[in-house]
Amino acid sequence: MNKLTVSLSPHVHSGDSVSKNMYGVIIALVPAMLCSFWFFGIGAITVTALSVASCVFFEWFIGKYMLRNPQPTVTDGSAILTGILLAFNLPSNIPLWMVVAGSLFAIGVVKMTFGGLGCNLFNPALAGRAFMLISFPVQMTTWPTSGQPFLTLDAATGATPLSVMKAAVKAGDPSLLNDMPSLPDMLLGMTGGCLGEVCAVALIIGLIYMLAKRIITWHIPVSIIVTVLVFSGALHLANGMYADPMSQLLSGGLLLGAIFMATDYVTSPMTKKGQIIYGVCIGVLTIVIRTWGAYPEGMSFAILIMNAFTPLINNYCKPKRFGEEVKK
Amino acid sequence: MKTFRIGGVHPAENKLSADQPIKVAELPRVAVFPLSQHIGAPAKPIVKKGDKVKVGQMIAEAGGFVSANIFSSVSGTVLKLDTCIDASGYDKPAIHITVEGDEWMPEIDRSKDIVRLEARPDLTGRDIVEKIKGAGIVGLGGATFPCHVKLCPPPGSKPECVIINAVECEPYLTADHRLMLEHADEIIVGTLLLMKAAGVSQGYIAIESNKPDAIQLMQLKAMTVYGIEVVPLKVRYPQGGEKQLIDAVIGRQVPAPPALPVSVGAIIQNVGTAFAVYEAVMKNKPLFERVVTVTGKSLGNCQNFLVRLGTPMSQLIDACGGLPEDTGKVIGGGPMMGKALPTTEVPVCKGSSGVLIMRDEESHRKPASTCIRCAKCVSACPMGLEPYLLSACAETQNWEKMEKEMVTSCIECGCCQFTCPANRPLLDLVRLGKSTVMGIIKSRNTK
Repeated sequence: MNKLTVSLSPHVHSGDSVSKNMYGVIIALVPAMLCSFWFFGIGAITVTALSVASCVFFEWFIGKYMLRNPQPTVTDGSAILTGILLAFNLPSNIPLWMVVAGSLFAIGVVKMTFGGLGCNLFNPALAGRAFMLISFPVQMTTWPTSGQPFLTLDAATGATPLSVMKAAVKAGDPSLLNDMPSLPDMLLGMTGGCLGEVCAVALIIGLIYMLAKRIITWHIPVSIIVTVLVFSGALHLANGMYADPMSQLLSGGLLLGAIFMATDYVTSPMTKKGQIIYGVCIGVLTIVIRTWGAYPEGMSFAILIMNAFTPLINNYCKPKRFGEEVKK
Repeated sequence: MKTFRIGGVHPAENKLSADQPIKVAELPRVAVFPLSQHIGAPAKPIVKKGDKVKVGQMIAEAGGFVSANIFSSVSGTVLKLDTCIDASGYDKPAIHITVEGDEWMPEIDRSKDIVRLEARPDLTGRDIVEKIKGAGIVGLGGATFPCHVKLCPPPGSKPECVIINAVECEPYLTADHRLMLEHADEIIVGTLLLMKAAGVSQGYIAIESNKPDAIQLMQLKAMTVYGIEVVPLKVRYPQGGEKQLIDAVIGRQVPAPPALPVSVGAIIQNVGTAFAVYEAVMKNKPLFERVVTVTGKSLGNCQNFLVRLGTPMSQLIDACGGLPEDTGKVIGGGPMMGKALPTTEVPVCKGSSGVLIMRDEESHRKPASTCIRCAKCVSACPMGLEPYLLSACAETQNWEKMEKEMVTSCIECGCCQFTCPANRPLLDLVRLGKSTVMGIIKSRNTK
């Protein structure tokens, strides 16, 4: 008789895997990616392809020659995901060498230095974006306007909804907000901005897909969105120079951040309670930075700040233990 | 439909043998009875080599209050008092009996007639408990906790209801399902006996909704008596866990250990136990046989057998077409909580609910990768624990933190490891931590 395997229970597995989750998120990003190609043309394709290629290369190179991992991690899809998300946070006309530098920072410094997937404290793509924003402020904040001919390399640039909002608050003049694009335009992505953030509809399709596939739960995205609506709504009611809540929600990287960045497994809290606290704080910080901060966009900084608080939240927010409640 | 409130998973059900009527398994040539087939002190043998025994004769007596008598399931001669490998994988003391004929103890009523509770108005609760204790009945769902101990709750606690666990939430297993379909009347009487023994007037029979025929039949039978309600439950693992079942049926949560289920007024007994109680009290038949599911995707024909305890599992597998060539693992019990057996010669014991054959390719774990902190284990844990954290603490031997994080509440259901996308051995590590922490607590209390 052949030898029997003896191991501890459970003897079956759900079949879920790290790469299934990673590729699931990538599939959820496809609608937004196609939209960015449509709106920003060849520039978007080049930036995305280069960002993915360099992230994958750095992950492979560092894993193989510096960390000497016995198990290659490059196939799990996480580096591809970081590459796509980083590209989504860049303008389509950015010089290409900067994309490579950003990828190196994201993968090399933020992810692999801490030990690779699962060990990083900060979201690699967002940290890469923050690094680029501080290092190359001009190139990172001139956005081509959406919907120019496909093969335009030297695209015309223009104001984004966020810069309009900021100008209105600075001047204290609500009439400046009349330059804002219409809500339907913002919903579809007919505005200036980073690659992946413009088309709200495509991002929401991605959210629905991830919820249906149970890749993420509703807690983080919904708590961010509700907080942003409530907080910016209160500001708008108090003074008309603050933009209305729907414009806040649909502009900049808010939806991209709420749906794809803040929900990053590694850097978000583990319990439902913790996730809601995390989401609410991100929402508040985003609006605070957008309204009173030095930068027009606060989403990425808000998420990075809350990434730093995640270990603390994990330490204090415990799930409801069985039997904790007194009997009914 | 009702279910428990925290966590849980839904593994593929694979109830392959659900339509197979219970068949009587053949007698073994040699029956083997480990002295420790229950939780608590091992039983003490009262026979010696060369003694003649009959079916239903006591061969080992309880070694304490939390222990159980053991009866011979066969007639024949005691071959030796030796050891055998049991489901735990260790060599344990056991009585070996060579089978000769099939001669039963005369006091056992072998007729098929149903004896109703009304036929025995003289029975008191105490009589029933004594009878159950005498018959060596333990929890037949797999935990094998002596049945009479649960019926004698510590002073100060007041039982309010008996819940019959007919959930059978483990994938593959169908023994309880078939027992309900074929012995519904006996189970109803057994439930009434347990209720009387516990001194309560409310009984529940909890069945998962993937057994609609059993729900319908038990509902029909329950209508003929007072005080028994059949509760259909949504299919969800680990609903058969004692604490989860109480939460699902009466909406109360048992506090963290050392609190007992009776602290919220519930006494849980398996449906197989209810059947055994009926046979012990009404038919004078001690516990020496049980229903065992023999199943697996690669097995020729999956079956449910009525098996005399002590029969080697290999004999049951042979009756189902033999062990397939590509077998990689043989599990005593279900795939979520069962134990992988080192050999198929392990005898069927009181707690053996099934034998599951797995193909070689299904029997190996995938390599583990680093935790990606997806929090799926936290959502799946039915006790509201954080398996990712507990396993990390176990790896760094941080027992103090594990105790603070309530590792002793873990029921070892395996939901965390089942759901982990990184294939991490979460439960292995949590078990290690749990047993270490329990040892630390014990030594602290004895100081």
